[in-house]
Amino acid sequence: MRLIVHNMLSCNIRGVVNKFPLRIEPEKVIVKEVDFNPDFLKHMIAKIDWKALVDGARSMGYPELPDHPPTTLESDESFLRKFHHSLLELNLEEGSLVCPETGRKFSVNKGIPNMLLHEDEV
Amino acid sequence: MWFLCVFYHRLLDFRKPEVEALAELFGEEIAENESLQWRLPENHHNDTPFHFVQLSSEEIARNIAKRSILVKGMYELWGEGTCYEELQDSIQSYPDSRKLPFLTSGSTFRISVETFGKALTFEEQKDRIQSLTYIPFEGRVNLKNPDHNFFLMEMIESEENNGLQPILQRRIFFGREVGFADRKLLPTFQLKSRTYLGPTAMDAEMAFLMANQAKATLGKLVYDPFVGTGSILVSAAQFGAMTMGADIDIRVVRDGRGPDCNVWSNFKQYGLPTPVALLRMDNNLPPWRSGLKEIFDAIICDPPYGVRAGGRKSGGRKILRGTVDPYTVPDDKRADHIPSTGAYSLVECVHDLLHLAARMLVMKGRLVFFFPVLRDETGGEVKFPEHPCFKLVAVSEQILSSRYSRVLLTMVKVEPYSEEIEEAARLMHLEFRENHLRWLEDGNIHSSVFKPIDSSQIHTDPKTFKDPKPKYRGKYV
Repeated sequence: MRLIVHNMLSCNIRGVVNKFPLRIEPEKVIVKEVDFNPDFLKHMIAKIDWKALVDGARSMGYPELPDHPPTTLESDESFLRKFHHSLLELNLEEGSLVCPETGRKFSVNKGIPNMLLHEDEV
Repeated sequence: MWFLCVFYHRLLDFRKPEVEALAELFGEEIAENESLQWRLPENHHNDTPFHFVQLSSEEIARNIAKRSILVKGMYELWGEGTCYEELQDSIQSYPDSRKLPFLTSGSTFRISVETFGKALTFEEQKDRIQSLTYIPFEGRVNLKNPDHNFFLMEMIESEENNGLQPILQRRIFFGREVGFADRKLLPTFQLKSRTYLGPTAMDAEMAFLMANQAKATLGKLVYDPFVGTGSILVSAAQFGAMTMGADIDIRVVRDGRGPDCNVWSNFKQYGLPTPVALLRMDNNLPPWRSGLKEIFDAIICDPPYGVRAGGRKSGGRKILRGTVDPYTVPDDKRADHIPSTGAYSLVECVHDLLHLAARMLVMKGRLVFFFPVLRDETGGEVKFPEHPCFKLVAVSEQILSSRYSRVLLTMVKVEPYSEEIEEAARLMHLEFRENHLRWLEDGNIHSSVFKPIDSSQIHTDPKTFKDPKPKYRGKYV
């Protein structure tokens, strides 16, 4: 699971209010290379919850992202490379995503997060 | 300028929409509420392989042909007629300024003869080529790799054939090739060489057509909420898009049939980048964070409509019926618990899909999906799903059996997602939840497709029974 997906997911158990971001408990993190596409990244940065991305990358052992994204992206390739690496190349292969309110663990197994709810959570 | 667009004689309903989508992709300026201009050759009906299309440049025509699956070629027409004398007059009256640059002595050329409706012997082809001496070719012939390719195409009049409408009048075209389709993709991607397949894996040709309808290209993010073995996303990835998929069945997305036979391996097989994400979730209860919207450029999918494969959603059969309360899973069993799922009706599935697309597509993003239609419902117009955020831009039918067909719908997001739409979707979600059984009955297509033939139809004399729709689309083409 890459952080681009982590950034989209929340705990949707019925009645839970504080559901995002899910805390990452890594067991195995791998890096998978992805082609660098600055246009895609510039388009994505507006849609991303920045704090969740920074915290997610840190919990996966990559503390390089700044607390706030720079205001001008055009010339800042070194920033875009870091953003690219965090968003698309860090992979949580094994581990869990933990709901901040209930502590419910969504397992990530072979890189696939299992977001299906149990019967009593629907 | 007008181009002669010659199609493969396949999937007739899909041909023009593909060209229209690709024209937009390659930058053809099309005003709002307008579409490409098409024109038929004289005496041709809509199913003919020969069409004229208006495009602003040769480059766009070439790009469309190159990327398309159903365009055999795009040509600059030099002349046409019902016989060779008429063709000669027509070619001779075509302005020299358009012809001479392609006939110069330094260039190489080739003339090919193609016929529709009849095969010509080699001798007949040679005679036809030699009859073109009135065109002042100065260049040398090169059959392998010519600078300019010319085509002489002939459509011969014929009786009604295999349900095809009769061709009323012979027609001959002569033109210079501007671009042609690369169908080499199809043997490479054909399903029989795919390592990981499921029962409803999308045929490669259709998957590419869907990716073209979705305008999948470099730097776009394409999502399939019913990803299965990834057969649709593979085609989007081939065109350079980033892909993401979800499925409710964890065995399919996570395990496949082993380490070298799963969704990931289907991408690696062709050297394509693997999806940026695969996840297991329920489209009926999606786990998207609040505030997340407009993130996908296209959503392409083949929803489970309950004929080959049925949809599933969270909650067991008895829970959804309301006969038992949801059970509480004991804490020690939670980790490996497999939640039960129940049937997911087509109406609800499509409702959730449209809502997902309304929320998650960027403006002008495209939703491309198959929708089943019963064929024996004669008379009334088929009603396709609608949504205030979307405009339906293409409808292409593929006939699957005498009972039903599937229709590829292409919708474009034209209105932004709003709080009112979110609220309406929430209320509808509750309505589905509370009246699960009724909705399950409503629009159950499986029973209609497989029910025995109505006895009143058996007594009908088969000779007088006329299928209201021609069958050739599915059966012969």
